[in-house]
Amino acid sequence: MTDPRQSPTETILASLPRRRRAEARFHFYGIAAIGIALGFLILLIGAIGHQGIGAFSQTEIALDVTLDESVLDPSGTRDPETLSTANYRAVVRAALGEIFPEAVRKRRDRRKLTALVSIGAGFELRELVLADPGLIGRTMRVWVPADDEVDMLFKGVTVRDSGRFTEKQLGWLDRLEAEGRIRSAFNWRFFSNGDSREPELAGILGAMSGSFFALVTCLALSFPLGVMAAIYLEEFAPRNRWTDLVEININNLAAVPSIVFGLLGLAVFLGFMGLARSAPLVGGMVLALMTLPTIIIVTRASLHAVPPSIREAAIGLGASRMQAMLHHTLPLATPGIMTGTIIGMARALGELAPLIMIGMVAFIVDVPQGLLDPASALPVQVYIWADSPERAFAEKTAAAIIVLLAFLVVMNLTAVILRRRFERRW
Amino acid sequence: MDMSPSTIRPKLTARGVNVFYGDAQALNQVDLDIRAHEVTALIGPSGCGKSTFLRCLNRMNDLIEICRVDGDIRLDGEDIYDPAVNLVYLRARIGMVFQKPNPFPKPIYDNVAYGPKIHGLARSRAEMDEIVASSLERAGLWDEVKDRLDAPATGLSGGQQQRLCIARAIAVRPEVILMDEPCSSLDPIATARIEALMDELRQNFTIVIVTHSMQQAARVSQRTAFFHLGDLVEVGDTDTVFTQPVDPRTESYISGRIG
Repeated sequence: MTDPRQSPTETILASLPRRRRAEARFHFYGIAAIGIALGFLILLIGAIGHQGIGAFSQTEIALDVTLDESVLDPSGTRDPETLSTANYRAVVRAALGEIFPEAVRKRRDRRKLTALVSIGAGFELRELVLADPGLIGRTMRVWVPADDEVDMLFKGVTVRDSGRFTEKQLGWLDRLEAEGRIRSAFNWRFFSNGDSREPELAGILGAMSGSFFALVTCLALSFPLGVMAAIYLEEFAPRNRWTDLVEININNLAAVPSIVFGLLGLAVFLGFMGLARSAPLVGGMVLALMTLPTIIIVTRASLHAVPPSIREAAIGLGASRMQAMLHHTLPLATPGIMTGTIIGMARALGELAPLIMIGMVAFIVDVPQGLLDPASALPVQVYIWADSPERAFAEKTAAAIIVLLAFLVVMNLTAVILRRRFERRW
Repeated sequence: MDMSPSTIRPKLTARGVNVFYGDAQALNQVDLDIRAHEVTALIGPSGCGKSTFLRCLNRMNDLIEICRVDGDIRLDGEDIYDPAVNLVYLRARIGMVFQKPNPFPKPIYDNVAYGPKIHGLARSRAEMDEIVASSLERAGLWDEVKDRLDAPATGLSGGQQQRLCIARAIAVRPEVILMDEPCSSLDPIATARIEALMDELRQNFTIVIVTHSMQQAARVSQRTAFFHLGDLVEVGDTDTVFTQPVDPRTESYISGRIG
């Protein structure tokens, strides 16, 4: 190929254009790969955002509610027990009757009319009255949530002639709108309610709270155990067949499918130890099992990355091995350990499979207040809503994914910031 | 003062020292005395075992798992490989300066104060300040850093970092200082400063230095030991070793034929 009479310089010169082309191609492939990945990411986030954005607003109907004493508190004692069991639904019906006197004459019409307003309207009136019993006897304008079908109609998800509404109902809605009694407001219920069968009342707070308790448990267990195990293995354990075996098994554990940890949790924590089903405590314990290998591996890698010269310097001065580790190696490894832990936690936050096994997929309305209350979690909520037939749950599902992604982004961002802040040169 | 070998009790004695890394033998039956208040230079070609021997003296080799040391090494007559020996105490008595400057990524002050702090040598902040100042002064670094003791040590130049490491070692007031090629990553000016420093330090400390540079050995040391392929070939007064070497291997090394 090469002419033997050519000097090396000529050969090199002749090869330069080819090398330059190869270089340019390589750059192009890299940029193309990043471009494709980014494109899919934007597509994904765009699709979820487009679908989920609707869940953050809610169609509301204004009612002029008369909090009639004869209905709510006939005895006049203002007893909280009476007030909380009173028939607020009747108050809502009466308020609707004020607007449409002709509709409440027939029982069927009355029911069709009441169906336009969410069943949650009564609950919200009750909260209002319980917070301030002095409101009884007064008439006031209250914005109550519309039924999810009405909500879908006003958001343009469904069309008028879909057969979901009768002509009469559509006429009533038109009148409400003409009278300015319909508005679209920020859906604070989504962030303050637990789950519900009624899409317009369903909120994410229960799932967030469950995820929070599970993650706290997970962190409290896996962080100290993982870091201690890693420190011992990396700094103190002798290198022999046993530690090799332990190491191989830790690496294997990191690759075990998460549902297997769920099965283990089911067998050990629920079956053998008899802990509460559906509790965030057990969920956290299972997630801790799953996160533990990750934390051990990351911590070992961070400790390993600290130059041995630092350790030698400390030991050469007469520090014990523990002092050298606690005073020098560990502080230098901390940013890496924190980053790894946060990423492990982010993974645990998005984990669904092991939670299914230990019963955290139940339909739970109450917001869990502690580690032992039945709870679901964010990914579980996504799963449950995605499985629900009501049209309005589609946007709730997307919105729950947005919330989940927001938490993941915040956690990963924290990891990046921590690494930037504490990264030291040596 | 009579400084003849017969009247000085050696600070460190090594008898029949063998070192193995796994199956490979790195040192073979080394007998060597280190005298107090002298600079002893260990020279020899790469891989001859001089650094290995140095690291036997404060048991740094213990950190290397496959390393096995046998033989007898005594500090002031006490066997340092006795199982009852406390390594923390031993390494406080025998300090070490490494080949590559390795300051802690902390402020200059904290670097020097670390040794005294872990050994509880200072009872008050004022005492610690005093130890830090005098150590830096004796290491010839005080004037350069006295205004920025809070600055990170990693921001110093290579030569300054190595002097900081020396200050850090002497802050513990050890009896012996081991130096493993302390000038190998330094320029000639920094090297000259450290060599001058060694001459001052030997008033108070016993110094053992491993060096690749025969000129350096000739300049700073009183005694020189020549290692070759794991054997201690020759040891004697530096002048004698460099001018009238007994062993032909020593002669070829110092005249540049091997190594």
